[in-house]
Amino acid sequence: MAKRIDISGLSAYYSSFRAIEDISMAIEPRSVTAFIGPSGCGKSTFLRTLNRMHEVTPGGRVEGKVMLGDENLYGAGVDPVAVRREVGMVFQRPNPFPTMSVYDNVAAGLRLNGSYKKSELDGIVEKSLKGANLWNEVKDRLNKPGSGLSGGQQQRLCIARAIAVEPNVLLMDEPCSALDPISTLAIEDLISELKERFTIVIVTHNMQQAARVSDRTAFFNLSAVGQPGKLIEIDDTERIFSNPSVQATEDYISGRFG
Amino acid sequence: MDISTKKSDAPPSSPLPADLSAAEQKRAARGATRPGDRVFLGLSRGSGIFLLVIMAAIAVFLTYRSVIAISKNESNFLTTFEWNPTAAEPSFGIAVLAYGTVVSSIIAMVIAVPIAVGIALFITHYAPRRLGGAISFVIDLLAAVPSIVYGLWGALVLAPHLVGLYGWLDDYFGWTGILEWQGGAPRSLFTVGILLAIMILPIITSVSREVFRQAPQMHQEAALALGATRWEVIRMSVIPFGRSGVISASMLGLGRALGETMAVATVLSPNFKIEASLLDPNGGTFAQNIASKFSEASEMGRDALIASGLVLFIITLLVNGAARAIIARRAEYSGANA
Repeated sequence: MAKRIDISGLSAYYSSFRAIEDISMAIEPRSVTAFIGPSGCGKSTFLRTLNRMHEVTPGGRVEGKVMLGDENLYGAGVDPVAVRREVGMVFQRPNPFPTMSVYDNVAAGLRLNGSYKKSELDGIVEKSLKGANLWNEVKDRLNKPGSGLSGGQQQRLCIARAIAVEPNVLLMDEPCSALDPISTLAIEDLISELKERFTIVIVTHNMQQAARVSDRTAFFNLSAVGQPGKLIEIDDTERIFSNPSVQATEDYISGRFG
Repeated sequence: MDISTKKSDAPPSSPLPADLSAAEQKRAARGATRPGDRVFLGLSRGSGIFLLVIMAAIAVFLTYRSVIAISKNESNFLTTFEWNPTAAEPSFGIAVLAYGTVVSSIIAMVIAVPIAVGIALFITHYAPRRLGGAISFVIDLLAAVPSIVYGLWGALVLAPHLVGLYGWLDDYFGWTGILEWQGGAPRSLFTVGILLAIMILPIITSVSREVFRQAPQMHQEAALALGATRWEVIRMSVIPFGRSGVISASMLGLGRALGETMAVATVLSPNFKIEASLLDPNGGTFAQNIASKFSEASEMGRDALIASGLVLFIITLLVNGAARAIIARRAEYSGANA
């Protein structure tokens, strides 16, 4: 259930401030696309336009087209709630619902979408937790609060929660930036497994991580503070890190600025 | 700069020097070795002790006078339906008062809590910022109205306007017995409950509003990203987060409802009867009974009233204890550990 995303002429605003300008790119299904770039260049903002979370921010507004398969997410009459059920998201800080158990966290999205029999729900929860490589660690404490897990486990719980509803796309906004190296490795391994089933887009500040997990990499930059962020280039990860076609990309990945 | 040089020149002081006495070490472990710490420790501990002393003083006073009164009582203090502490054979009981206090407060809570939670959620999650601010302001103003004004308004404006509602309740629910109306003036425990609900609305709303406002953005976004509607976001992440706060807020409101004096005394005329129907103009509450009798009471009469005050004190303690138990039971899931 992975779909291709085609973005054309996309700009996003915070009230009158244009945060990203005229972005067009294609994101391939069953692959990992990484967004890199200096802070403030609009990577996260762009990511949040892909599941219509940007407009939740007061003053947030989007122009342009995002085609998921053959459906425009910003078309007239498209319900943002329905979009978010198709495009899952994992955030920078692990955010399991603190008032829910491990089980209920994973089942949360399913319960929003409809009613399931207990046995069905059990099956999906187990499958999702296994899919997030968390099952063995939590199978004896499914009814304990999700907030009692370690940071890395919480983040994998959030991934399990996101994949439980079988989205077409999984967006990850710096999913490892609050985690230690071992937890980070666990998440990276997981991303490689998940790309068999989902279209994955990941924002990261860690260029080694982008190089390790992604198939394609997009580099974003802004000409000055207060200017909108732009897509500089997108290419196969290997090319971006060995022989990028734009000088600014090379400067950034080799640490000469940013 | 001066200060820092001074400090580094001073002999190095380890946090727990070995030559301190046991008591000093204990104090050091609490972080109270420097003068500022010691002063603050003393102040905060003093405030805590002061509070306990006041509570104890109230309890001792109430208990002492109550024992005097109850020992002279010729009938059962808990089950008697009359109040004659000055008769040759004193006979008084709190049954009617306890019933009236608890029932009117329950009615008030049933009405006020859902409305207050609704207003708080509207202010924090639905209303445009400016409208929310305006509503908050008006709600807070309600809290500043003196209770005697509420009482007068309740007796002169609210009660006469409830005739229609009373008739409707009697028509449709009269058969249950508890909402049967004989046609008297609509000044009953039910009216008192409605009035109390309006009075406790501001405190419950304000506290709930502050709690809901602090519901973490990251959990609301988590719900949104799963495809939750606005109401589902509130149900999944805001209400569970605010739950214990709303309970605490309700307890503050309940405390006020249980102890409200002037407003109740203005609306309800004390009458030592319990009727099945909430719409019957009989009954009374602890605070109302004390307020209406205290100024003209003899010494024995006062002691009897104080005894009834002790019961109110105990009821309040029990209710607060129960609320704390409810909050503690789910502390693991409170959201405070996120």
